[in-house]
Amino acid sequence: MAKTFDVCIVGSGAGGGMAAYALTKAGANVVLMEAGDVWYGSRNSKMMFPNYASPRRGGSTRLKPFGEFDGCEGGWEIDGEPYTKAPGTSFLWWRARMLGGRTNHWGRISLRFGPDDFRRKTLDGLGDDWPITYDDVAPYYDRIDQLIGIYGSREGIHNEPDGLFQPAPAPRCYELLIKKASDRLNITCIPARRSVITRPLNGRAACHYCGQCGRGCTVKANFSSPDVLIAPALATGKLTLMTNAMVREVTLGPDGLANGVSYIDKKTGADSRVNARVVVLAASALETARILFNSQSSKFPHGLANSSGTVGKYITDTTGAGVSGYVPAMENHAGHNEDGAGGMHVYMPWWLDNKKLDFPRGYHIEVGGGVRQPGAGFMGGIHRYPPGGGYGLKLKQDYRKYYGATIGFEGRGEMIPNDDTYCEIDPNVVDRFGIPVLRFHWKWTDAEINQVKHMQETFRSLIAEMGGQVFDPMPSKEDGYGIAAGGQIIHELGGARMGNDPRTSVVSGNCQAHDVKNLFLADGAPFVSQADKNPTWTILALAWRTSDYITDQMKKRAI
Amino acid sequence: MSDMDRREAVKALALLPFAFSWDLTTPQLERAASVFAAPPAVPYVPKFFTPHEWRTASMLADYIIPRDSRSGSATDAKVPEYMDWLLADKESSENSKIAMRGGLAWLDLQASERFNKTFIRSTDAERRQILDDIAWPKKAKAELSQGVAFFNRFRDLTASGFFSSEMGYRDVKFVGNVALPAWNGCPPEANAKLGVSHDLMKTRVPVQRS
Repeated sequence: MAKTFDVCIVGSGAGGGMAAYALTKAGANVVLMEAGDVWYGSRNSKMMFPNYASPRRGGSTRLKPFGEFDGCEGGWEIDGEPYTKAPGTSFLWWRARMLGGRTNHWGRISLRFGPDDFRRKTLDGLGDDWPITYDDVAPYYDRIDQLIGIYGSREGIHNEPDGLFQPAPAPRCYELLIKKASDRLNITCIPARRSVITRPLNGRAACHYCGQCGRGCTVKANFSSPDVLIAPALATGKLTLMTNAMVREVTLGPDGLANGVSYIDKKTGADSRVNARVVVLAASALETARILFNSQSSKFPHGLANSSGTVGKYITDTTGAGVSGYVPAMENHAGHNEDGAGGMHVYMPWWLDNKKLDFPRGYHIEVGGGVRQPGAGFMGGIHRYPPGGGYGLKLKQDYRKYYGATIGFEGRGEMIPNDDTYCEIDPNVVDRFGIPVLRFHWKWTDAEINQVKHMQETFRSLIAEMGGQVFDPMPSKEDGYGIAAGGQIIHELGGARMGNDPRTSVVSGNCQAHDVKNLFLADGAPFVSQADKNPTWTILALAWRTSDYITDQMKKRAI
Repeated sequence: MSDMDRREAVKALALLPFAFSWDLTTPQLERAASVFAAPPAVPYVPKFFTPHEWRTASMLADYIIPRDSRSGSATDAKVPEYMDWLLADKESSENSKIAMRGGLAWLDLQASERFNKTFIRSTDAERRQILDDIAWPKKAKAELSQGVAFFNRFRDLTASGFFSSEMGYRDVKFVGNVALPAWNGCPPEANAKLGVSHDLMKTRVPVQRS
């Protein structure tokens, strides 16, 4: 008879890695299913390869949209794994197919949701409140900070809770210029909060400031699930790792409880299964919704745990828009190293009161610019600089003069779930494994469009305040003021939200399915709302909290 | 080994102290050089460009980034090889291939109309007359818009290939991509140049909340 694991976790990213760590440390026998291959930054990273080491010079490919050295195996398009869109919908779905999932691809920007972010409906009447509060999650944020490590500064801002921070790296020269401009415009600018360690932690080395977190870190100074969570979970001897395992559905026993998963072994193409007493889906918000939809049975004809009909609904992505320009004061850089800790050293949390604005939710500002390693796409069009083009010796001098003199701002804002934005199973399309695929419906409302307009105006004011010139004119209202397509910011959340009422939600505040008590979610799917915060730190905190609940329930033999 | 490489290697070896102490004859030096010198350079065979396109693209790239006292030219940095590799690669779109071929052909059509010659057979002054008309997009005549679009792309590609080479890294004084024992921000003179200091981080503007 096949082995029965205590817990089967689907997905090895932030949520799945965290659940694997917490559950194995608690003594459970866990099997972790990953659709991609094994990948550890500490072994496989292309960190510090100069771009000239490749004939492509670090340029992007279809399967490496962020450059060939990027740590992530995946992208908005994956061979043989389509998704579809309803007419008129603009949406892009990023999938990472590798151990650690998207934790190999992110800016390591690690922001706690604030107390207000869990109760927005109470505050402004829009969307819904969470069934849990900041205080429920706070102890887990603390534990994440201590286990994984984060740099930042204590600021005491009400809805931007401080964490247990390591020292933040000193701002780069142009970031100080941003701070100066922000002060003049009354915009709060503070040290960034990123899961990069600036001091050794739990056997991992401190950052060496090569500026290449996106390629994966060979010394594990940044957070990624394989090196920081899965490796220690494997060291317990309690974890079985199954890679190239594309899970298609959760299987049910005659008692109506989950008893494992069915998956395609990608190496052999065989349809296989594993047995487990508890199933945890952490496949990423939308992939988890897809698995639930595809787990149909006579008891659950519309998909597993979907008696409420809300699977696939209340999905959101972060809003995004960016403005870049060039700053004369930054011309003729002297040849110093601006790599730093791989991402921004300062940022601007939401600083205004929405009651005085024509959009209900906020955004934070991410900054970039300065000297970067030269590579494909170098300087992105010299004709955009004041000389307006040219060739020859003068042009060569212009490249030197303007290199490193650019600045960019990116807004990351909160979208409110709406009824026109959801996913469902496409009745006509399957992927190469034969698994039905998702079809997306996406619509922005004025809440998002007006917010992005405000981003555009703010970033243009900041660049002007720095004495700079913006490269591109303000996009029109018809172009949504340059709002990024849904999915483009890669913060999809929702699709199986939590709530106290089983008629309007899929899981409880402990991320336990209302309909199937031994089925849990540990990714972005249970989120009731976005915040103007990147979701990873909250995914991690909720996954740990859910894992503790699973351990407790298993001990009590309740599941 | 090409003649040039051999001569360079012999010259280099002759400058080494041990060459003098061993008192090697020229034939001996030549034999030693053949061991030390790089393997003979195989001339690059373009996979995308035709021989004529290759010559045109190489010449155009050097008009964009010529040699000066700080660094070599686009062809010195093997920019045409970079372009050819990219365009021959499976990731290259059909549109980008057509844009490159068509753009180079556009250049020849201009030279043909104006001077009854190809671009490379035109004189330096004639070539510059065409380039002057397309190298500044805002100043260019509307009827040359296709040439402007081509030249923008070609110039960007030339800059990508040149500055992402080892020669280009040195040219723009890129000193990063190294492991540092500590990070203390940019050097004081870099902060001074922007009129900023770390004291800026000591203050906060208040978060406005009702």
